[in-house]
Amino acid sequence: MENLIALFNFGFFRNAFLAAFIASITCGIIGTYIVSRRIVFISGGITHASFGGIGMGYYFGFDPIGGAIAFGILSALGIEFFTKRANLREDSAIAILWSLGMALGVIFIFLTPGYAPNLMSYLFGNILTVSKSELIYLLILAVFIIGFFLIFYRMIIFVSFDEEFALTNNAPVRLFNALLISLVALTIVLNIRVVGIILVMSLLTIPQAIANLFTKRFDIMMIYSIVFGFLGSLTGLTLSYIYDIPSGAAIIFTLVVLYGLIKIIFLISGKAILNREKVNG
Amino acid sequence: MWLWKTNYSHIKQMDSIVEIRKLSAGYGQNIILHDVNLSIKQFDFIGVIGPNGGGKTTLLKALLGLIPPMSGEIVYDESMTEGKVHRIGYLPQINNIDRKFPITVFDVVRSGLMSRKRLTGRYSSEENNRANELMSEMGISGIRNKAIGELSGGQIQRALLCRALVNNPKLLILDEPNTYVDNRFERELYEKLKILNNKLAILLVSHDLGTISTYVKSYACVNGSLHYHSGNKVTPELLKSYECPIQIISHGEIPHTVLYNHKS
Repeated sequence: MENLIALFNFGFFRNAFLAAFIASITCGIIGTYIVSRRIVFISGGITHASFGGIGMGYYFGFDPIGGAIAFGILSALGIEFFTKRANLREDSAIAILWSLGMALGVIFIFLTPGYAPNLMSYLFGNILTVSKSELIYLLILAVFIIGFFLIFYRMIIFVSFDEEFALTNNAPVRLFNALLISLVALTIVLNIRVVGIILVMSLLTIPQAIANLFTKRFDIMMIYSIVFGFLGSLTGLTLSYIYDIPSGAAIIFTLVVLYGLIKIIFLISGKAILNREKVNG
Repeated sequence: MWLWKTNYSHIKQMDSIVEIRKLSAGYGQNIILHDVNLSIKQFDFIGVIGPNGGGKTTLLKALLGLIPPMSGEIVYDESMTEGKVHRIGYLPQINNIDRKFPITVFDVVRSGLMSRKRLTGRYSSEENNRANELMSEMGISGIRNKAIGELSGGQIQRALLCRALVNNPKLLILDEPNTYVDNRFERELYEKLKILNNKLAILLVSHDLGTISTYVKSYACVNGSLHYHSGNKVTPELLKSYECPIQIISHGEIPHTVLYNHKS
């Protein structure tokens, strides 16, 4: 235990702790939106499309995360636009952008002379190497998301629950869809450094799956997701330190185990509650 | 700008609350409704019947402003418009609703008031009271804090009906309210509609001609075009305008279903 507390003396660990905390907030809120609206597949497409931006960043020598943000938001709006306006099948549009982004990423990284530093940390993430500036971007995003959801909560729910009904009420459905999908893209890209492209979707869905076992209300689900996300990240981080394994994978593994355990406990105690109800009448 | 919904409708002062004039509507290149005329008056109770794919849903979407007319127009009376929103209550088909969405009954009902709100709107206590009143009228105040995923089809339908009514509409549009709902609730619903009809006009889309014939005052048969029949008698002419076998359920000693011969 003292060893673990001593960890806080290391700057990199304090950064990792903060990154886990802020990542949990952004993924908790945005993930609840993603799961509720059933846009997990769209989010997967955005995630992988953003790899194109990372590759271009390497080749042209700008910050790969900047490229990823541009690719993420453009593909997010692209999917919205193509499926609603150009009458393209939504899943096909997603698959095209998904693989196009990956292909561009691979091509540009291949063309970049020499070794591509940190490439693995974009694919699999490394919470221990999150830089101060990345932490500040993540913090700004978290503050913005919290503000946005506090101010527009009712409208977000209105537009998300029954889009057609919202349209008949002249609500700004498309504007909100576009804003929210852009926030989804930003959240995904800024969390890529924490758990990586391949694993970021799980940070947006597993805490929500756990929260959904306890509540079926949007607001409470957001809060529980943040708590479980943080719990899983910290435990995973600690495990990665103790066993010297990659942090991203350790975090996701912890979250899945947590989900499994709680689900089993619910199944057993749920049966007990059902039996009690039967006895009582 | 594709981000904003365009409001297609015209507002005038007239005898009917809504008038559809020479309307053609559809999707893309596909025209589904041709030359439709219909005027809806204050206390009308119109049963909209017709085969699947005949354009019932297209008609509703045009009335609700979800799709623009390809030609012709829909004119709304002044009294039908409040701010920038038409006073139309809409009950969608229950399978259009995502039952896993994490939202409570109370929030579903209150969301019917959102058109009055600014983007950041909160509900006033007056509005909460109105929602509560409606819920107890419909017998769902006991489940107001439950998530919709925990409810039966009939309960969800009641919540959606409250949502449609909470903003005091002058026209209530119901899209196949009798699907996935048990018979007892269906009867209750129609009795409720009969009472509501004293205050507002109703447009009821249904495939069950037999049951609604007791309640509606007139029919609109939609099959590419629209034929209007006043009176609630199911006549051979009415059935002919369908041009398709439809189901009539007669109640008798032995439950049976009568199908009209298909026009070959």
